[in-house]
Amino acid sequence: MSPQQRLADAIARIPYASFLGVRAELKGDELTLVLPYSEHLVGNPLLPALHGGVVGALMELTAITQLAMSSKSTKFPKTIDIGVDYLRSGKPLDTYARAKVIKIGRRVANVQVEAWQNERSQPIAAMHGHFLVADEEKTPA
Amino acid sequence: MSGENHYGEGQDVFERVRAMMQWTPQGRALGLEVTKLEGAQVWGRAPYKAEFVGDPETGVVAGGVITTFLDQLCGMAAVLAMREPAVVATIDLRIDYMRPATPLRDVLAEAHCYKIGRNVAFVRAVAYEDTPDNPIAHATSTFMVNAQRPMGANLREKKP
Repeated sequence: MSPQQRLADAIARIPYASFLGVRAELKGDELTLVLPYSEHLVGNPLLPALHGGVVGALMELTAITQLAMSSKSTKFPKTIDIGVDYLRSGKPLDTYARAKVIKIGRRVANVQVEAWQNERSQPIAAMHGHFLVADEEKTPA
Repeated sequence: MSGENHYGEGQDVFERVRAMMQWTPQGRALGLEVTKLEGAQVWGRAPYKAEFVGDPETGVVAGGVITTFLDQLCGMAAVLAMREPAVVATIDLRIDYMRPATPLRDVLAEAHCYKIGRNVAFVRAVAYEDTPDNPIAHATSTFMVNAQRPMGANLREKKP
């Protein structure tokens, strides 16, 4: 199975990713998550603008998928905390997100994500987060 | 903020705030509800649905659902803190996850706008199934006040 296929399978296993309509693109070891525009993702229908929570969700999914790819574990990492900076209003366009793993420790990973639409140099949001990649070994009582 | 008049008081405020939630397509898609208001505080519910699961092995709802729910509820608390309702835009949203949400259970949350100025509103929120002392997640957020832009602003091309 090709890495692209394995990735597509991993995304397809997440019901919430299908709810959003997220798909993954892999070029070499560079992962991009794509969120095609859809009316149900809108937060403000007058502008219209994507819901900030949806943009945050896309970036969190990107971080989790990137980490799942980087580590050998078959389990999904667990989110400890995320901080989302909103930089521009999300237009009714396709949105892209790419994650950079800053550090994977024994238990915690530190990840940064950026989301953009037309221009990579004009991000609409940035996220940094910490994720639990491995549980402390459970010691028998 | 006690003793001051703000949007979160009066007769039909509850109906107006419910309408605000229904006005947002993503709020409707997630089935988010407003359950209670008190001053600049708002309580809500995000119903459990199988399609919102983030980890198929555990059946736990995706973090993104809680992110959207808390962002929405925090924004509403900011609007409730105003004398006159106005559009807000999220500047920054931080969420700490204490534990996974319990599978098959609805998530409840409460948000409180504890400070609002001319430009910025500060809001805290907590998500839980039963009571806030057993939290799933805490959120801290800031919002731009009066972030009103013309209708269809996001459909126009950028000025050259």
